[in-house]
Amino acid sequence: MVEKIVARDLKVMVYKKPVLQNINLTVMAQEILAIIGPAHSGKTTFLRSINRLLENQPGFIRSGELLLDNRDVKQWDVDLLRRRVGMIFATPIPLPGTIFDNVAYGPRLKGIRNMHSLAEIVEKSLRAAFLWDEVKDRLFSSALRLSGGQQQRLCIARTLAVEPEVVMMDEPCSGLDPISTAQIEQALQELKANYTFILVTNNVKQAARVSDRTAFFLNGELVEIGPTAQIFTAPKDKRTDDYVSGRIG
Amino acid sequence: MREKLIEKGLLLVALSALGSLLLIALFIFVEGVPLIVKVGIKNFVASTHWAPTKGSFGILPMIIGSVQVTLLALVLGGGLGIAVTMFLAEFAPRWSVAILKPMIELLAGIPSVVYGFIGVMVLVPWIRRSFGGPGFSILAAGIVLGIMILPTVIAISLDALRAVPLSYKEGSLALGATRWQTLYRVMLRAAKSGVIASLILAMGRAIGETMAVIMVAGNALLISASPLAPVRTLTSNIALEMGYAAGDHQKALFATGIVLFVIVALLNTIAILTMRERK
Amino acid sequence: MTCRALIIQRLVWFGLALLTFLTLLVLFFIIGYISAKGAPVITPEFLFSLPVRMGKEGGILPTIIVTLYIALLAIVVATPFGVGTAVYLTEYSRESALTRIIRFGADALAGVPSIIFGLFGFILFVIRLKMGWSILAGGLTLAMMVLPTIIRTSEEAIRAIPYQFREVSYSLGGTKSQTVWRVVLPNALPGILTGVILSLGRSVAETAAVIFTAGSTLRLPRTILDPGRTMAVHFYILAREGLSMERAYGTAFLLIIVILLINAFSYLLMFRLTRRLK
Repeated sequence: MVEKIVARDLKVMVYKKPVLQNINLTVMAQEILAIIGPAHSGKTTFLRSINRLLENQPGFIRSGELLLDNRDVKQWDVDLLRRRVGMIFATPIPLPGTIFDNVAYGPRLKGIRNMHSLAEIVEKSLRAAFLWDEVKDRLFSSALRLSGGQQQRLCIARTLAVEPEVVMMDEPCSGLDPISTAQIEQALQELKANYTFILVTNNVKQAARVSDRTAFFLNGELVEIGPTAQIFTAPKDKRTDDYVSGRIG
Repeated sequence: MREKLIEKGLLLVALSALGSLLLIALFIFVEGVPLIVKVGIKNFVASTHWAPTKGSFGILPMIIGSVQVTLLALVLGGGLGIAVTMFLAEFAPRWSVAILKPMIELLAGIPSVVYGFIGVMVLVPWIRRSFGGPGFSILAAGIVLGIMILPTVIAISLDALRAVPLSYKEGSLALGATRWQTLYRVMLRAAKSGVIASLILAMGRAIGETMAVIMVAGNALLISASPLAPVRTLTSNIALEMGYAAGDHQKALFATGIVLFVIVALLNTIAILTMRERK
Repeated sequence: MTCRALIIQRLVWFGLALLTFLTLLVLFFIIGYISAKGAPVITPEFLFSLPVRMGKEGGILPTIIVTLYIALLAIVVATPFGVGTAVYLTEYSRESALTRIIRFGADALAGVPSIIFGLFGFILFVIRLKMGWSILAGGLTLAMMVLPTIIRTSEEAIRAIPYQFREVSYSLGGTKSQTVWRVVLPNALPGILTGVILSLGRSVAETAAVIFTAGSTLRLPRTILDPGRTMAVHFYILAREGLSMERAYGTAFLLIIVILLINAFSYLLMFRLTRRLK
């Protein structure tokens, strides 16, 4: 198995207070890695370190190594990095504009202007996100008219349109109804073959359903990481056990 | 890289406002300072003799005129402005404020020449009839300027009042005070620096106003304590004579501009500092 | 609450309401007075014909054209600088000594009296840069006058765009300039336009700065290097020289109508903008 993302002694501090401490973790290609843990464990910070969105926040300092395809993320051209590693946020954030414009936004950034090529990419991405059938007749209507679940799938389509290799999802189903959640989880399973997924989720059951491996973060530390089945049935660390069985949360 | 170039370019653009300010100061000073040096600063600022064609450049009457007109405008316009602000902030029904505020802002959009014109056609004759004198007077200018600074006073004071934490107001009301008592004793006190800043800014506007003042102040070169007396302000002096001034005379007008610029800059700086201190 | 305090409050309420009413009365009086005396003067002939005998007779067409040119020139020049400054302040910098200096420059520029702008425009554009009295000199001077307004309103509009939109663009590989150009500016456009339109109104109303830079000839301008008289200046001269009170009122009425329309338009924009963001 190929190592896609490697973190070695990763530390992140905000205004001298530690947020992530000594994270040592590997994300393998074409797996779904779930990251679980209570709020303020550093899960989101970890994601934002990978695509360097962290740099936009004042006061954050990152030390240690964080590699994508064997090169530290700091050495990557940041725009290229972010196209290689896409991100889905917790609340669906459609850009004001049409559905088509949303999905075509990324490709247009890359310089693709031909309407025909864009239309192809848009269709391909919407199909991959399981949204095509629902919107194919209204591609040029406002994206803001879609339901929450549809908007989130639109965001997934939008991210897929730039052809990333890794997709990071930060609690993508947190505001969604069960049906939309199920649709997104199904999409994940289908897409796994071609992408690597990092799924941060507050919902341990979701992690159990969907992921191959699971990592448990607590207070900025990586407590345990392993095959999902093992984490949930025979965790090695007591804290992991407490969390997955609901004793702490 | 292209991004770096864009960033540097935007930095240059961002300095345009500052650059404009410095350019203005530069050119005004370059034209006016030699004359002040030549005539002597005491003869310029403290002399009452303005006879530019004969080489006398004393602008004291204009300074006093500006001060008198501005102070009156501040009292009338500032007082009225604060009263209206209090009404809008506390006593006017919520729906009406959305209509009233734009209307008051409309007052700010009316050209100064229109104010001056109405001053001439309506206010000046009324003053002449009711109080005597030529009508063109400090009183006329003070009233017109007072109205013109209303929007400034109201807008900034209203902001200051609204910025007072709700807890202050609620605390006072909970203790049994009426809305008026709360407004007067608690809210205004808390918003004091904002209100004062609005008055100082309004003062700066009033001193800098030209067209309306020219039309109603009388433009006589005398110093008087009576509000019915006609006066000439620094701004009127520049505007009236710029059309035909040449040589030293013209430079003297620039020098007048320097005095005006410095006074307004001082006032505005004090106002900005007062507003910052509140935060 | 004592009975006395309540009575005082009632009295105060009436007093303040009265004063507010008085203020509005002044506004309505001004508009009503000018409208009553000026509206009848507005005929197509007045609007579209040339002035005769220094404005004693005839129409005010050149002044309308000059006003239009000067105001448009002012906002065409000022808007890129104003929006650019606002973009720099919000997107490309954090609060620092530099941004404070930039803001100070804008605030200070906003406080400079219009007559000083007139003096400056005269010495720099008309004399030193040899533009002569011209629409160009007037427009450039006005551009500097309205620059702070455009900076202020643009900055507000840009800051109102939620940070998440920018993050979405960044996470898709967008550069800062791409994000600003494709996401931030298009969505901030209504707010920016409001500032531009307000500046248009100010340019139309301005007199002191214009009279010393654009001149006061009544001839029809052919290029922007020609001098010209704006409506506000024309009104001032007509009134001061007593040439034609009737036409003075007419010009004033037109001025007020234009400014009222401009203000109303900008409020409409603001209204649509706040509704959109909800």
